[in-house]
Amino acid sequence: MQHDAMISLENVSFTYEEASSPALSDISASIRPGEFVAVLGHNGSGKSTLAKLINALYTPAEGNVVVCGYNTREEKLVWEIRRRAGMIFQNPDNQIVATVVKEDVAFGLENLGVPTEEMLPRIEQALSAVRMNKYADSAPHTLSGGQKQRVAIAGILAMEPSVIIADEATAMLDPSGRKEVLDTVRMLNRTKGITVLWITHFMEEAALADRIFVVTDGKVQIEGTPAEVFSHVEEMREMHLDVPPMTALSNALRMEGLPLPAGILTVENMVQEVEKLICPSKSAI
Amino acid sequence: MLNNITMGQYYPVDSVIHRLDPRMKLILSIAYIVAVFLANSFAGYILLAAFLLFVCHMANVPFRLLLKGLRPLRMIIVITFLLNLFLTPGDEVWISFWIIRITRESFLQALFYSLRLALLVAGTSLLTLTTSPIALSDGMEVLLTPLKKIHFPAHELAMMMTIALRFIPTLLEETDKIMKAQMARGADFESGNILVRAKAMVPLLVPLFVSAFRRAGDLAMAMESRCYHGGEGRTRLRVLKTTRNDWIALGVVALLLTLIVLEGIFLKGVLF
Repeated sequence: MQHDAMISLENVSFTYEEASSPALSDISASIRPGEFVAVLGHNGSGKSTLAKLINALYTPAEGNVVVCGYNTREEKLVWEIRRRAGMIFQNPDNQIVATVVKEDVAFGLENLGVPTEEMLPRIEQALSAVRMNKYADSAPHTLSGGQKQRVAIAGILAMEPSVIIADEATAMLDPSGRKEVLDTVRMLNRTKGITVLWITHFMEEAALADRIFVVTDGKVQIEGTPAEVFSHVEEMREMHLDVPPMTALSNALRMEGLPLPAGILTVENMVQEVEKLICPSKSAI
Repeated sequence: MLNNITMGQYYPVDSVIHRLDPRMKLILSIAYIVAVFLANSFAGYILLAAFLLFVCHMANVPFRLLLKGLRPLRMIIVITFLLNLFLTPGDEVWISFWIIRITRESFLQALFYSLRLALLVAGTSLLTLTTSPIALSDGMEVLLTPLKKIHFPAHELAMMMTIALRFIPTLLEETDKIMKAQMARGADFESGNILVRAKAMVPLLVPLFVSAFRRAGDLAMAMESRCYHGGEGRTRLRVLKTTRNDWIALGVVALLLTLIVLEGIFLKGVLF
């Protein structure tokens, strides 16, 4: 079981130095290769800490974090882990190092000691995968937030990772930038089979994942497919998390006595289910 | 306006001089500075000035930019001229009244030293006009590499330069934003004497510093997560290569330096 997991967390706990209570306590989870997993939680729930544990930026106080078969406790393996599990951060400005886009994409490769001749084709590939090849020679500060995040993704792609961890990568973007970045990562997940850990507090984004972990107070409270997770409407409310509007509506209608099934996420779902209710004969005829 | 600030003094056109290897340009600039100090006749200065004009022309840099580079130093040049003019002793008196005595020697020396300063500054600004700051820091990193043996942080310095250049526009944008936010709440940055204005800067600088530190922390983490572990075992995307033109430039400057040295030997003390 453990061997087929891309990322596995075994009873992981973590406490910040000055903190009185642990940021994460006794978390166990396993993520399969090629999965798109969303981690949903509000501020201070410990979801960012989780990302940093997987990237070996932090080591757990207790338990083990194993990424691609490497335990993050082993210092010699840290660079191996970081190469395989690339991370995009929240602030698009604070993760771009170089003054030209293509040089920033090269940054990771330079650190890995990749020969210069090999760099250019890899940079070109990475930039065209995120559709930023037109901007290879631009200065980062002339790009929009969404474009900067795509450059950051290209910087990771050039290192040929197995996992992309997005730590609230869309939180500081406008709606169109958010869509741009999410679409890019989903496309990479589908076409290249890159495992994605998408950390967010937007439930619309989490709804697109294969699986959702809902994290509150350092614990995974609910786990499952979006339909499963969002059917826990009351629990989600208690954790101050929203559910998609259609899920909330169907829940309210169910309370009023309408026999709608749980797990309605989108308007299309709702239309189908309501149609079934209104003329059940339609399908029969 | 924010777009060209990263470039500093850099004048972005394409020319033979712009394309020279930054390492070579740095070395040649040092050689030029040495030549300026070795020259001790006006003949030498005419030669150096001719060389500067030639490079300026080859670099497609307008001459007025070279003069503009002198502007911050104009007071120093004027003071140097005046001090030398009034304080140098000499025999052939031209003007003399009250305590002021201007002699032929003092006039020539004043001219000589101000020209020396002007030539120095114009020459070095030619370097920064034709070399982008990034290329400069790359060149310096390589040239300082031998000093790594005595634990001189050559790579770290160059990395700091790059990051500083990267963040100048970002921080400027942020300054602008904070300034507007404070002005919207009634802050006044423009009136009052210098002390009042300096005090008005505090609500601007404090948030700016806080955010700069936060950015630094974020960036350090992002760099680490992209496997940055210092200069060791690092390869570069931009590899500096010397071309035939670099060696030609070296030849030209070597010729210049030789001429200046010869001039120093044969024309010693002969100002004109």
